[in-house]
Amino acid sequence: MPAVSKGDGMRGLAVFISDIRNCKSKEAEIKRINKELANIRSKFKGDKALDGYSKKKYVCKLLFIFLLGHDIDFGHMEAVNLLSSNKYTEKQIGYLFISVLVNSNSELIRLINNAIKNDLSSRNPTFMCLALHCIANVGSREMAEAFAGEIPRILVAGDTMDSVKQSAALCLLRLYKASPDLVLMGEWTSRVVHLLNDQHMGVVTAAISLITCLSSKNPDEFKTCVSLAVSRLSRIVSSASTDLQDYTYYFVPAPWLSCKLLRLLQCYPPPEDGAVKGRLVECLETILNKAQEPPKSKKVQHSNAKNAILFEAISLIIHYDSEPNLLVRACNQLGQFLQHRETNLRYLALESMCTLASSEFSHEAVKTHIETVINALKTERDVSVRQRAADLLYAMCDRSNAKQIVAEMLSYLETADYSIREEMVLKVAILAEKYAVDYSWYVDTILNLIRIAGDYVSEEVWYRVIQIVINRDDVQGYAAKTVFEALQAPACHENMVKVGGYILGEFGNLIAGDPRSSPLVQFNLLHSKFHLCSVPTRALLLSAYIKFINLFPETKATIQEVLRSDSQIRNSDVELQQRAVEYLKLSSIASTDVLATVLEEMPPFPERESSILAKLKKKKGPGAVSVELEDGKERGELNGGGDRGGDAAIAASNASTPSPSADLLGLRSAAPVSGVAPSAGSLLVDVFSEAGPAASSAGVNDDGFLSSTPPSAASEDPAPPLPESDELLNKFVCKNNGVLFENQLLQIGIKSEYRQNLGRMYLFYGNKTSVQFVSFSTTVSCPGELQSQLNVQTKTVEPLVEGGAQVQQVINIECLTDFIDAPLLNIKFRYGGALQNISLKLPVTINKFFQPTEMAAADFFQRWKQLSQPQQEAQKIFKASHGMDTEVLKAKLLGLGTALLENVDPNPENYVCAGVIQTKAQQVGCLLRLEPNAQAQPGEQMYRLTLRSSKDTVSQRVCDLLAEQF
Amino acid sequence: MIGGLFIYNHKGEVLISRVYRDDIGRNAVDAFRVNVIHARQQVRSPVTNIARTSFFHVKRSNIWLAAVTKQNVNAAMVFEFLYKMCDVMASYFGKISEENIKNNFVLIYELLDEILDFGYPQNSETGSLKTFITQQGIKGQHQTKEEQSQITSQVTGQIGWRREGIKYRRNELFLDVLESVNLLMSPQGQVLSAHVSGRVVMKSYLSGMPECKFGMNDKIIIDKAGKGGVTNEAGKSDLGGGGSTSGKQSIAIDDCTFNQCVRLSKFDSERSISFIPPDGEYELMRYRTTKDIILPFRVIPLVREVGRTKLEVKVVIKSNFKPSLLAQKIEVRIPTPLNTSGVQVICMKGKAKYKASENAIVWKIKRMAGMKESQISAEIELLPTNDKKKWARPPISMNFEVPFAPSGLKVRYLKVFESKLNYSDHDVIKWVRYIGRSGIYETRC
Repeated sequence: MPAVSKGDGMRGLAVFISDIRNCKSKEAEIKRINKELANIRSKFKGDKALDGYSKKKYVCKLLFIFLLGHDIDFGHMEAVNLLSSNKYTEKQIGYLFISVLVNSNSELIRLINNAIKNDLSSRNPTFMCLALHCIANVGSREMAEAFAGEIPRILVAGDTMDSVKQSAALCLLRLYKASPDLVLMGEWTSRVVHLLNDQHMGVVTAAISLITCLSSKNPDEFKTCVSLAVSRLSRIVSSASTDLQDYTYYFVPAPWLSCKLLRLLQCYPPPEDGAVKGRLVECLETILNKAQEPPKSKKVQHSNAKNAILFEAISLIIHYDSEPNLLVRACNQLGQFLQHRETNLRYLALESMCTLASSEFSHEAVKTHIETVINALKTERDVSVRQRAADLLYAMCDRSNAKQIVAEMLSYLETADYSIREEMVLKVAILAEKYAVDYSWYVDTILNLIRIAGDYVSEEVWYRVIQIVINRDDVQGYAAKTVFEALQAPACHENMVKVGGYILGEFGNLIAGDPRSSPLVQFNLLHSKFHLCSVPTRALLLSAYIKFINLFPETKATIQEVLRSDSQIRNSDVELQQRAVEYLKLSSIASTDVLATVLEEMPPFPERESSILAKLKKKKGPGAVSVELEDGKERGELNGGGDRGGDAAIAASNASTPSPSADLLGLRSAAPVSGVAPSAGSLLVDVFSEAGPAASSAGVNDDGFLSSTPPSAASEDPAPPLPESDELLNKFVCKNNGVLFENQLLQIGIKSEYRQNLGRMYLFYGNKTSVQFVSFSTTVSCPGELQSQLNVQTKTVEPLVEGGAQVQQVINIECLTDFIDAPLLNIKFRYGGALQNISLKLPVTINKFFQPTEMAAADFFQRWKQLSQPQQEAQKIFKASHGMDTEVLKAKLLGLGTALLENVDPNPENYVCAGVIQTKAQQVGCLLRLEPNAQAQPGEQMYRLTLRSSKDTVSQRVCDLLAEQF
Repeated sequence: MIGGLFIYNHKGEVLISRVYRDDIGRNAVDAFRVNVIHARQQVRSPVTNIARTSFFHVKRSNIWLAAVTKQNVNAAMVFEFLYKMCDVMASYFGKISEENIKNNFVLIYELLDEILDFGYPQNSETGSLKTFITQQGIKGQHQTKEEQSQITSQVTGQIGWRREGIKYRRNELFLDVLESVNLLMSPQGQVLSAHVSGRVVMKSYLSGMPECKFGMNDKIIIDKAGKGGVTNEAGKSDLGGGGSTSGKQSIAIDDCTFNQCVRLSKFDSERSISFIPPDGEYELMRYRTTKDIILPFRVIPLVREVGRTKLEVKVVIKSNFKPSLLAQKIEVRIPTPLNTSGVQVICMKGKAKYKASENAIVWKIKRMAGMKESQISAEIELLPTNDKKKWARPPISMNFEVPFAPSGLKVRYLKVFESKLNYSDHDVIKWVRYIGRSGIYETRC
């Protein structure tokens, strides 16, 4: 921009600005600005024609006021007029105002675009540049629409000046970034590539930015740029520092252009043409050679420019990953930087090395720097550099140096920064696992890890130790011993207690022979930590205790004493209390062989991806990238593992008490239950029947059932539904889990969950006998019109059910529209040669698809009144068959799936509920009102139940269902 | 308590800095400058908390006074102190300006030492301060030992605001009732909010240690007098015949505060205002009323938009008080839209001018008698803008001065008793003046 000459200076503007500078207060400034604005408004009023100079002056003033932070809502028209002036200064001010202040939706855009178009076609390079800069500065969609076609033509036209080409390239880049869909590729693209051959370095620099951006989106169209870029690069690299006079920066020839060229090449795979490739390799070698030369200047700019090119070159080498020679040289070069004075260089070197380490060619070379890196980890002052060093150690680790690296990382962990500790812990855990040859070393390492950085050890890490210990027979004894020793420390971390509790509970017997770790000593050691631990850990310890009873009968009395103590059996935490009660009962009632079955050693875990690795990936540490590359090949080395939630965790009886504190590996209260079904069924049912009345009542039902079925059991056809099945169905109207059916052979448990119009039901078939069931099959059918109302999918079950085993079946249910009947479940199997055929109704009722709706009293009554047509209402008056206990009623109404609305009905005795039944076809709003007459004599108590919903069948069905419940 | 006190000029340069407590560091000075004076957005709250330090500031013309503390102090106390500080400075060297402060910095430090001790406010009564802090330097050699000890006993004694042995040839008393009336009125003439805040300012030149008693038409006293028949001699003489409890003659005072010389115990028990006055000028009391306010002026606005580029405004003002009284310094300020490009004004009375720097038409009338009306009409030309925002129409505001109290307050008596010297109430020359000014007096249009 030419400097504004003295004669051209705007005196009025200078006076105005100095006035504002001299203002003593904000108020004075605002007054001055208001005055000036009023003046400009009166000047712009339009009755007098202003000359270009004063227009420019006032527009300048407006711009200045705007930049001071005041709103400007006029003067745009005058600025646009300036665009058509022939004087550079006036045009420039006009464009300046437009780029700063234009708001894209005004009708002025059309005028502006017109002026720009004129300037673009004016052949005056200065005007063209001004117009291009304006387009780039505004960069709006409208601009892009108007000029996306024009600019490429200017860019590739033969007679365009160099400076205009530069501006055009950058302008196009800006438009492409802002709205890529508007910049269409055409025949100009191939000519743009040839700009790389341009004589003018500025044009090349501008063009290469554009090409890099374009080629990252459409690499194929710009393939030809590779060879051009290589030849350009080789020309620059081989030139002496004096050749490119204007473009030499502190003795480095065209550093920016070189970096951009190298970056462009990183968008493409290595060139296939041998000659091109040879030339490129030559260039890269020259760059590496130059790095070795003594610096031509002591100035920091010189070394910065040189290193920038070098690092780009190394990135390119890593990107190609095909030249072992270059990779090793790059690595050596980086190795020099590792000890450089400059912190930034050290950081960059470590970072680049991380990527180098993952290449098979340079992995060995990287490893030679291990001492330096470890040193950096220990002595570096900058935390971000230390973090990179840790990443690099992780990346360069392999079987040969794993022990050293893990040991170093562990020792560093004690002093490590808090911000990177958790990540370090994960990395140590992964390395230890991945390169463990000897599992005792692994166990040692992890226990050390927990000791050193207990708080930062996430759940996954100690889950993983346990998984591995359980899956590997050979380390179990060693693990038990080490854990026992670790626990003897006066203060040990809670995670250590968890691991200890679990491992001793499982494998304590392996070290019980030694009098120093006799069962009682083990127990006392564990129990000494009990009171210091949180609830989940305590729960785990209780499970360990019951396992002790099984392992060492001699500890039974002591442990029962502990379980019986008030602090356990009356613990305020439900989970702990339940465990204490159940374990106590289990240990006192069950015979030893039952105990042995229930408290068997945990089976090996299924192979699974390491949970720790998943966690590290989630953390997205930069070092994790290389792990992802490798984990495919390393997978086979270790036993996988994972949580074993589903199958073990379910038993009908205690599923009704959801555990508030979940813990690992299905070891929750269900752990002993997983073996429940076998032989001594009735006894165990008794134990657990405390948890829910359902089980006991199911037990009572047996007898009636037994007498009725055997005769019909012979036929192959599905038996008609049992007479009690309707009653069974009613039991499940207000609850989702429980025992559906039970006889002397078979127990069927149900667990179900519903969300909107979808439901999933888990059926558990338990073989109560010791003989296997053969040709066991189940079918679910929807009789009659139910077929079109309900969509039921089942998975088939194994035809063999071993004696005492339990099989699970998943049923998916989709509610298409409202329905009345329930689907039928037919079970057939052969038991000792006799065919058993049982039909039941699956407890799927319309109310399962309720979504509770909260509403205020006013809303409720408004809707209630809206649903006043006689067919929308269903009412029943019936006798109470149970008591009228408020809490029980509330629980049932909530179990129904509706929201129980408090303070809605004027009579507090009454209950009102609201909910929406979700079906695929429609949603049916449903309001409910239950009026008990509690004052009446027991035995004569009646209910009046009223239901209103937008669909008559729904009202009737829900009313019928609910009437049976009270 | 106050930890320090700083005075800045408009640029944020520190003119006076006095730190009373160690918990205020030097950086507090800069913190206030950076965060308040030079803040990007104007700070409107008078209290600013920066890094657990509270800054209380007031602004006088271009001068910032800031009190700083780290403790949880009574903010009202701090502001009362700052206002008092301004009064004291004004009475010593006139207008508070940068130049005056620079010229009197020694005096200001001296004053600050006297009126604040370890951050606790002390005697800030100008009259008594002037006896021992003088601009001419200490008059030590002219003062006798006796006089010096008198100062000590006076400053530390029960009546710290008046020294003994004052003698005047003419005993004179000036009493000003200064009120400012605030109003917000809807375009239709409905009062949206109105209140009067008033002050009773006195200037007394009395000999000896006189005891004064001040009485006004406070509703409670008059009701009490009318009902219980508890009449004091003053009430009898002034009230005369009767009609004491008529609504017009008594006013309901919402709240009031008194100068330290007033005996509060007596006010609490008898609701009578009795005091030994300081010598010279002082403010006896402040009060506020919200009921039965006489609104001296009524503004009737009429705004009509003619197309997008023109606006016609007509404003009528009506004076609403006795025709014999004259209002002065009347100024009506009519806001104009932000895109005004030209204004033509026609008014019958006074002078009107469009002030672009304030975005308003200012109409000034020197004098106006009661029960009159006057009007102005203006044509405002607008520049079309591409901004779709509608003009917010700020209210029309007004300034004036009237020679009566809009709250209806009347001084019933002011008695002076001096038992030791031989002059009586009748010998004192008393002057009473009422001035009603506009506060924020606005009418929406």
